[in-house]
Amino acid sequence: MLGPVLETLIGGLLTGVLYSLVALGFVLIFKASGVFNFAQGVMVLFAALSLARLSEVMPFVLALALSALIMVALAYAIEFLVLRRLVNQEGIILFMATLGIAYFLDGFGQSVWGSDIYKIRLGLPQNPIFILESVFPGGLLIDPAELVAAVICAVMVAALAVFFQVTRVGRALRAVADDHQAAQSVGIPLNHIWLMVWAVSGIVALVAGMIWGAKLGVQFSLAQVALKALPVLILGGFTSIPGAIVGGLIIGAGEKLAEVLLAPVLVRWFDLAGGGIENWFAYVLALLFLLVRPQGLFGERIIERI
Amino acid sequence: MRAPAVPDPAAGDVLLAVDNVSLAFGGVRALRDVSFDIHRGEIRAIIGPNGAGKTSMLNVVNGFYQPQQGRITFKGVTRAKMRPYEAARGGIARTFQNVALFKGMTALDNIMAGRTLKMRRSFFWQLLRYGPAMAEEVEHRRRVEDIIDFLQIPHIRKIPVGKLPYGLQKRVELGRALAMEPELLLLDEPMAGMNLEEKEDMSRFIIDVNNHFGTTIALIEHDMGVVMDLSNRIVVLDHGVKIADGTPLDVQGDQAVIDAYLGVAH
Repeated sequence: MLGPVLETLIGGLLTGVLYSLVALGFVLIFKASGVFNFAQGVMVLFAALSLARLSEVMPFVLALALSALIMVALAYAIEFLVLRRLVNQEGIILFMATLGIAYFLDGFGQSVWGSDIYKIRLGLPQNPIFILESVFPGGLLIDPAELVAAVICAVMVAALAVFFQVTRVGRALRAVADDHQAAQSVGIPLNHIWLMVWAVSGIVALVAGMIWGAKLGVQFSLAQVALKALPVLILGGFTSIPGAIVGGLIIGAGEKLAEVLLAPVLVRWFDLAGGGIENWFAYVLALLFLLVRPQGLFGERIIERI
Repeated sequence: MRAPAVPDPAAGDVLLAVDNVSLAFGGVRALRDVSFDIHRGEIRAIIGPNGAGKTSMLNVVNGFYQPQQGRITFKGVTRAKMRPYEAARGGIARTFQNVALFKGMTALDNIMAGRTLKMRRSFFWQLLRYGPAMAEEVEHRRRVEDIIDFLQIPHIRKIPVGKLPYGLQKRVELGRALAMEPELLLLDEPMAGMNLEEKEDMSRFIIDVNNHFGTTIALIEHDMGVVMDLSNRIVVLDHGVKIADGTPLDVQGDQAVIDAYLGVAH
């Protein structure tokens, strides 16, 4: 019994790292504007589409670099055409703007790159590895592609955590998110900060899109997968980079374990069908968190003097 | 009356000049052809009934609003357009009518945010928290602690400002502006909603800032007693038009000012 459970746990954690990466894109923008960027999922899709189509006509590395450039250019366009005009507006206005960006980008991606299912070939090893064969009969199966993906994510996550967690950058981001006017009045260049976080979020979206795309194929469901980041964020706290990491791991492992451990219980004791737990588990967990600890595991305490 | 900081700041050189500034929002004409100047080292009050355009005037000075007409000359440089962070870089700091603090951050972090422009080391040194950057952070922290002592708020430095009572929030906001070591400090109703004791404290801080650091101050305030005591010169606005400009004594006796405040029989 322990062997399969452990195998599930490892698989879940590896998937969880991918969730963390997607969630990180949301966290960056939330930190600097206090809004949930609805367009993040579509940015993942758009980046993956760019990479998949470009790599059809040029070497992969070149395509990757060009896609990164495209995401930075996109950040420029969004800052110049949208965000700059919305300084000092309510958070809900910014949120609605991200909704608009999401639908535009969704359609625009199809117009530019087409709407079929495309492949990203990362050239990852295909054959499963078995570890700890001496401890468990038959060993534990690990998908090497997932392992490589997890390592890429981990490096990315660590780099970003260092970049944003320390001193002045972090303080400037929080200042901008808290109050546009006040931030400007102490000389924080709002536009540069927004440009920076959107560009970095775009790059994060590219890496997430590359890995998810290689796994599932580049198609429109990719934008939906990214919304899995929502429960991750509720769990970890919207403003916390460590929160996004831990939240992703908990959700990834939790939903896989629930599928394996909870399903038999539902079938045997309650005579239910027992499937599909993976689809709702994360959201129920998030709901429980909202009731008990709305700021998440690592989020800032919500402070309001009434 | 207190002794003025400089022998006669009203006669000093001009730090900021506003020339024929007009500002409209659609059909609402917030400012109409307003001109006045602020001398280096003085405390200049801007007063007027509600809706007179006082806050709009401050917003024009620090770049939040771009006037449709007119010019602003700051430190001898005339400009038509300026972004807020450029104003900050030029040495203009301000506080806000409704307290605009970073609510989730501690009092200390809020005031540290005021040092943003003073930090010279690049982001990357900051990230590494290494060598020169670390020394710089320590130096800034020391300056901030001085300001905290000056404002007598050491006991609240680690408290998130959202939890503080209003009077202390106003003080933290002043601290953040002081951390910028500004040449021109704009205060938008620094004593609104305060009790007598808090007003006296705040008045003392304003006088001290002006005296000890020589900071030029432009002040919007409704409490006439405070305005008359603190300021060297006063501009009076009404419905976006300047109706008087002079020393407290001049303005107090001005018939147009009395009419604006008390209303005129039609």
